[in-house]
Amino acid sequence: MPLISDKELKASYDVIIVGSGAGGGQSAYTLTMNGVKVLLLEAGRNYDPLTETAMFQTPSSAPLRGISVDDKPFGFYDATVDGGWQVPDEPYTNASTEAENKFWWWRARMLGGRTNHWGRISLRNGPYDFKPYSRDGLGVDWPMSYQDVAPYYDKVEMLIGVYGSNEGLENTPDSPEGCLLPPPKARAGELYIKKHVAQLGIPVIPIHRAILSTKQDADTIPAKLHPGNPRAQGILAESMRQRAACFWATDCGRGCSIKANYQSTTVHLPPAMATGNLDILPNAMARAVTLDAQGKANGVSFIDKISGREITAKARVIILAASSAESARILLNSKSAKFPDGLANTSGEVGKNIMDTVGASLGGQVPAFENLPVHNEDGAGDHVYVPWWLYKEQKAGKLDFARGYHIEFSTGRRMPNVGVAGPAKPGYGKAFKEDLRRSYGSFVGFSGRGEMIPNKDSFCDLDPTVKDKWGIPVLRFHWKFSDHELKQALHMHQTFAQMIEAIGGKVGGKPATEGGKAIKPGGFIIHEVGGAIMGADRKKSVTNQWNQCWDVPNLLINDGAPFCSNADKNPTLTIMALAWRACDHLIEEMRQGNL
Amino acid sequence: MTAPDNSSRQMPRRVALKWLAAAAAGMALAGRVDLAAAQVPTKSGKPIGTDPVLNRDYKPGELWPLLMTPAQRRAAAALADLILPPDDGGLKPSQLAVHEFIDEWISSPYDQTAKDQPIILTGLDFLDAEATSRHQALFADLNAVQQTGIADAICGVTTVAKEYRPQVKFFDRFRHLAAGGYFTTPQGMKELGYVGNRPTVTFDGPTPEALKHLGLA
Repeated sequence: MPLISDKELKASYDVIIVGSGAGGGQSAYTLTMNGVKVLLLEAGRNYDPLTETAMFQTPSSAPLRGISVDDKPFGFYDATVDGGWQVPDEPYTNASTEAENKFWWWRARMLGGRTNHWGRISLRNGPYDFKPYSRDGLGVDWPMSYQDVAPYYDKVEMLIGVYGSNEGLENTPDSPEGCLLPPPKARAGELYIKKHVAQLGIPVIPIHRAILSTKQDADTIPAKLHPGNPRAQGILAESMRQRAACFWATDCGRGCSIKANYQSTTVHLPPAMATGNLDILPNAMARAVTLDAQGKANGVSFIDKISGREITAKARVIILAASSAESARILLNSKSAKFPDGLANTSGEVGKNIMDTVGASLGGQVPAFENLPVHNEDGAGDHVYVPWWLYKEQKAGKLDFARGYHIEFSTGRRMPNVGVAGPAKPGYGKAFKEDLRRSYGSFVGFSGRGEMIPNKDSFCDLDPTVKDKWGIPVLRFHWKFSDHELKQALHMHQTFAQMIEAIGGKVGGKPATEGGKAIKPGGFIIHEVGGAIMGADRKKSVTNQWNQCWDVPNLLINDGAPFCSNADKNPTLTIMALAWRACDHLIEEMRQGNL
Repeated sequence: MTAPDNSSRQMPRRVALKWLAAAAAGMALAGRVDLAAAQVPTKSGKPIGTDPVLNRDYKPGELWPLLMTPAQRRAAAALADLILPPDDGGLKPSQLAVHEFIDEWISSPYDQTAKDQPIILTGLDFLDAEATSRHQALFADLNAVQQTGIADAICGVTTVAKEYRPQVKFFDRFRHLAAGGYFTTPQGMKELGYVGNRPTVTFDGPTPEALKHLGLA
């Protein structure tokens, strides 16, 4: 993508967006399609999925057969550039030395951010998920309802392309006709599990993922998304025609050079660039939001990582979409006489209410899957999942934890990796090979992804002494799961053991007997949200329902930071829906001269 | 003190010194030598980094130097070929450079793989020492029956005699790595029954045979 250098910065923009992932990409798209002049600052390097993605490489072409190592934690071929739970030159700290009180902060420093490698699971929050406090007295309600957000879920699904089905299940919303692409067929193992866990009352249904199972309808969708805006319709139609349908091979986490899945760099940014209204400046590490004499935001100061110079870019409106924790860091680092505790923080809520997703996993080996007749089981990751199925039991007080989880699982004859020998019997030669042929593809892994309730012990602030390479104070995390999360993780393990038993499998290892042994560390699932929650009361929240900071109305936060809760549904789709909604509201406010 | 030149064949001198020191420490503490467990891996070269070029082929030795001596490499190639005889018409693991992958693995700058280094190198030295003791030849130069005799002594299918027990872990780790290296090559994938990684217009789901196998037809 042709990007600008710091020398080409214009004197001023309508809007500066910090961050180019799901929130920043959606914001850039919505604004530029409506004629708004935007500067997008990205802390990482430029990245081109069309030329850089390893599409068909096998492990034998990679160092160490592509295993996960510290500097490539999701394996060699994972799309992530300069990212992981540790990023060079950009430390963070934890207040505690205890493992269970540490937060793992994942970042990616590349155009498109984490959207290049994410799992593409795109589930809508349901009606309950926007009103959790009203339902069980825990956490906080969002200042709007599912009905307010639903039209934006529709738009995002049509724009990015999401496969899935409508099942009419509780708090698992159906999409209107025309929003979803058809789901792929279930794999052999997925069908077998569906059949055999039905006896446990556990439903297995098609998952929703941001992948083009068929080409998008470029003839009708653009007019639905941009009514009365023929130029935007034309640009989007062209962009949609550039995207191929999935060819059911190569791992989506590598990124996709045929644009069959959603990443900001293939779906949001190309049409935004085509409008001529977008400048993208990579290697720009935001330090702080600057203010004018009246206390309105008027720019962003950033470090140009290439020259090391600090530069300030100017705009009428600032949008932070740097990732929830990074946006909180920018606010906390934007101190002034008017905002001595950090910008937009008169509520004291900036950095508070951080939530990740509860994660726990258990696997097993399934004799029924042995010696399955050879066939191709590749193709777009998970095809099915288990939505949370115990809403009624939970409401009736039959469970000892308050919120739900969904189950993702993997089966099948996937591309072999270096661990293929697994727990094979002793021996070598032909017998050893036969043993491996028998067991290959017979393993199953279940992963729970559950809702965490915000608590007072999970937050971030600025470390009083540690700074990054550019002298910017870094975040210090404080972390603690409550009993709700620990008990939920234990329930996951117990359920997975029952499911493995129901399919006649043998559990690998032992199911945990306490939640603390089952649960993954905070930040491990990389679904962190909160840190600048929205609300109806400016004393208790950082933004209103349109992501506008109460204290500074021309400052928006369009990533996961305004989330009031973190439903088991993966956050990316909701980040995009809220960013689009916030930008529609912003455009109207700008038109009316209110900002 | 000067380490004897033949202490570990052509092992780099700094490695040999380290191993000797570690072995001595192990002896002093435990009164017996568990050579592999006592040794500290040598690591050199740079890690992969956070921004490598992803869509090109990498060869063992390209990112960090390989540590096996020529003799150890020959023994590794021979053992890999013994463990994984190719299906009819296929190339041997050594022809697919599986032993070079094992060398890359044990030579890496990462603790998680380099911890196999003393286990594998000591084990490869054992193979030649045992072959010399039994047949006055190096392991790679033995015939199949002779190689099998040594492998059978340490592979764990039958009870392992006390003097061979330190090599059980070596055989297990070597087999794990050899299989991991072999079945991630295109030939190995095919032999295992993986037929993906090719574009298809539609995803057709399981075949009727697969559904029948699972009682779902």
